[in-house]
Amino acid sequence: MTPADADTFPRLLLEHARSRPDRPAVREKDFGIWQTWTWSRAAQEVRALACGLAALGFKRGDNLAIIGDNRPRLYWAMAAAQCLGGVPVPLYQDAVAEEMVYVLDNAEIRFAVVEDQEQVDKLLEIRDRYPGVEHIIYDDPRGLRHYEQDYISSYEEVQGLGRVHDEEHPESFMTEVAAGRADDVAIMLYTSGTTGKPKGVCQTHASLIFAARGGCGFDQLGSDEEVLSYLPMAWVGDNLFSYAQALVAGFTINCPESADTVLIDMREIGPTYFFAPPRIFENLLTQVMIRMEDAGTLKRAMFHYFMDVARRCGAEILDGKPGVGAGDRLLYALGDLMIYGPLRNVLGMSRIRVAYTAGAAIGPDLFRFYRSIGINLKQLYGATETCAYVCLQPDGGVKLDTVGKAAPGVEVKIAANGEVLVKSGAMLKEYYKRPDATAESIDGEGYFRTGDAGFFDQDGHLKIIDRAKDVGKLKSGGMFAPNYIENKLKFFQYIREAVAFGHQRDEVCAFVNIDLAAVGNWAERRGLPYSGYVDLAGKPEVYQLIQECVEKVNAELAQDPALSHSQVHRFLLLHKELDPDDDELTRTRKVRRGFIAEKYAVLIDALYSGRTSQHIETQVKFEDGRTGVVRADVMIREARTFAPEQLRKAG
Amino acid sequence: MSNGAARHIGDVILKVDGVSLSFGGVKALSEVSFSVREHEILAIIGPNGAGKSSMLNCINGVYHAQQGTITFWGEARKQIRPHQAARQGIARTFQNIALFKGMTVLDNIMTGRNLKMKTNFLLQALYWGPAQREELEHRNKVEEIIDFLQIQHIRKTPVGRLPYGLQKRVELARALAAEPTVLLLDEPMAGMNVEEKQDMCRFVLDVNDEFGTTIILIEHDMGVVMDISDRVVVLDYGRKIGEGTPDEVRANKAVIDAYLGVAH
Repeated sequence: MTPADADTFPRLLLEHARSRPDRPAVREKDFGIWQTWTWSRAAQEVRALACGLAALGFKRGDNLAIIGDNRPRLYWAMAAAQCLGGVPVPLYQDAVAEEMVYVLDNAEIRFAVVEDQEQVDKLLEIRDRYPGVEHIIYDDPRGLRHYEQDYISSYEEVQGLGRVHDEEHPESFMTEVAAGRADDVAIMLYTSGTTGKPKGVCQTHASLIFAARGGCGFDQLGSDEEVLSYLPMAWVGDNLFSYAQALVAGFTINCPESADTVLIDMREIGPTYFFAPPRIFENLLTQVMIRMEDAGTLKRAMFHYFMDVARRCGAEILDGKPGVGAGDRLLYALGDLMIYGPLRNVLGMSRIRVAYTAGAAIGPDLFRFYRSIGINLKQLYGATETCAYVCLQPDGGVKLDTVGKAAPGVEVKIAANGEVLVKSGAMLKEYYKRPDATAESIDGEGYFRTGDAGFFDQDGHLKIIDRAKDVGKLKSGGMFAPNYIENKLKFFQYIREAVAFGHQRDEVCAFVNIDLAAVGNWAERRGLPYSGYVDLAGKPEVYQLIQECVEKVNAELAQDPALSHSQVHRFLLLHKELDPDDDELTRTRKVRRGFIAEKYAVLIDALYSGRTSQHIETQVKFEDGRTGVVRADVMIREARTFAPEQLRKAG
Repeated sequence: MSNGAARHIGDVILKVDGVSLSFGGVKALSEVSFSVREHEILAIIGPNGAGKSSMLNCINGVYHAQQGTITFWGEARKQIRPHQAARQGIARTFQNIALFKGMTVLDNIMTGRNLKMKTNFLLQALYWGPAQREELEHRNKVEEIIDFLQIQHIRKTPVGRLPYGLQKRVELARALAAEPTVLLLDEPMAGMNVEEKQDMCRFVLDVNDEFGTTIILIEHDMGVVMDISDRVVVLDYGRKIGEGTPDEVRANKAVIDAYLGVAH
């Protein structure tokens, strides 16, 4: 057997441990030094934990909750559960205890492997509502010494139990691994639940391995890749990149020291294969720009000059397209030596061969920036239900506003109502305990309804415009795609979140959240004093700044005949930041439209009734669970809109 | 990294007996006596100018008491020098942060290991043989402290660039690097916002809990004092006016008068 034949994750792990035992499998920075576990050591760790879980009574078909940041031991816990024929259920580590009750209860969790005291405390806090957890196993013992509950044990203790159990039952581990089948459920991921309760998406070994092999083949990922595992383990993307593909291709995953050190760790590791949602690329760029503003005149001038060169020809050179003049090539080479190379190094992106972004639309300037300095950033499209594997942009075939062509082995078609339908080997088996939802999401021919509205362009690239159910109609009958408008707004660095309203209305209005860092910096440069978010968001100067952004979006919308009527007529700057803790955003930072419309109904009324300001009081929840009230008088502004003809004349 | 010293309050390890200190005509301390037990958290409180910092300075030898004795680990002394106090296991932080602003967090904490370094300057400069081994050992200890106080992300950042709350945490880290048995904290939470205070409280409690370190702290925030200390000593105009558990002190008439003010 070779890794290419193995059909479950435990077999892949054991195969790597057998055929290339001394190659690095996992690294973690601990006490300031990168520690490495080889494949054979990783397999031993998994085996000890699996046997320990078995000794505690974990059985085939049981679900294992996994809660914490990306720690090697938590990844091994996933593998250990799979070895025993159980199903790992990673939860978002920053979820408040309340939110965990539903998932724990739904998945009937008896065993949980968690990172630290914080997560143990959460499980204890909700014990009265979900008393079903029989064993809590923690990785980091700090602060837990005085916990006397007998159902709380350390990772080492359980591994110790496992080693004894393994000696007493030497056959049992391999018997369990051999009993695993490719169509067993390998993992359960709860969808973030933009609407309703989260649903557990059951993915089999076969479908994840199908997606992982497809992706590795598409981008020629080999066993020498280095990835940084820093995205939430409960998210399908991390599962595919840091677990499934790592086990299929046999490359090394690197766990950062803490959430705060990701950027430093990234520089030290220099990943060759990198995945991040657009917001991370955006944060990186914002930091670069802020630091450039503070740099000396000469450096700043050089930066801007060579960034102009890169904008002109960088992306073309990366794609190997013809038609770039010798002069530009020379300038670009010079720029690479003096600016782009050092910049990539600062970003920790010197060694990147393939970088992907997905999860949300990426701004044109942002996308072009990374590609123009020579980073092969591409987009992909997928969902939890399709193992994040539907469309991929090929090297050299990258377009800004599409998500690429159907990936190898995936069929994509567009339904009559514009919804994107997908059929492939990488599809969910079912929603856990929800046969109704399963039946609803997969049609008679076996296509999965993605819920996204989109179309293919003339080159066969898929273009996604919005969630199918969010696409509404204005009273005039014109199409209203709120996400599309919001994304255009959010592409401005000053705007962090936006919520557009317009369904069954005469015109489109919007809420805007300013980006505190970017607008704060802008205000400082102008000597504009402010005391915090609420104050800054209420400044007339800031309103003027955002109004210009809104009007630019209107001008762009006016150019598209299908969307010109959905220009933003009026907007306001929200007095508080939309926050997952207040249920306004999902944990993956998607806007909960319905909830926001209800919570801020007064503001929406004010927008549509033509008032110029509105008083509002809002309950907020702090990180420690306490609540408070934010009061503000929110101003409302009109934005200029453009008739399509007007633009043509002007242009 | 835990040394397994489960927290239970032990015998008296530090005894202040009739200590008086005056600067010219100003009596900073007059006949103050109290004792500190092993593993406890003792808070010294009092209005401005009550002599709290002077008391700490006497304990670690910055000032020399004109009268009275301080007994540490059974050894009574009238005078001690700060470096001797440090060698005996007393470490401290300062009211106004006293770090090397231009040096990184890591280097600042390393200076806390200074007393534990045995190789000489020349070997250290060459980074050779025993000096290298020693440096690795110390670095290991420092990394444990960095992990403990969760400051990994600023390890290589010059201290001067850090916000105030983090600088305070680095100062605590440097004091911990000396592996003290008694830790003197001079207003560890002054000037912090609520969240920073909460963090700092947790770290102080964790230090006490994990390492069994005896902690004497001066603090103005009564909420903090009442929450984290085992016992409280109250000073006013250089005299001790109260002592006991937080509840006892809260009910003490003299203390209430000192804080709320009465007609003298």
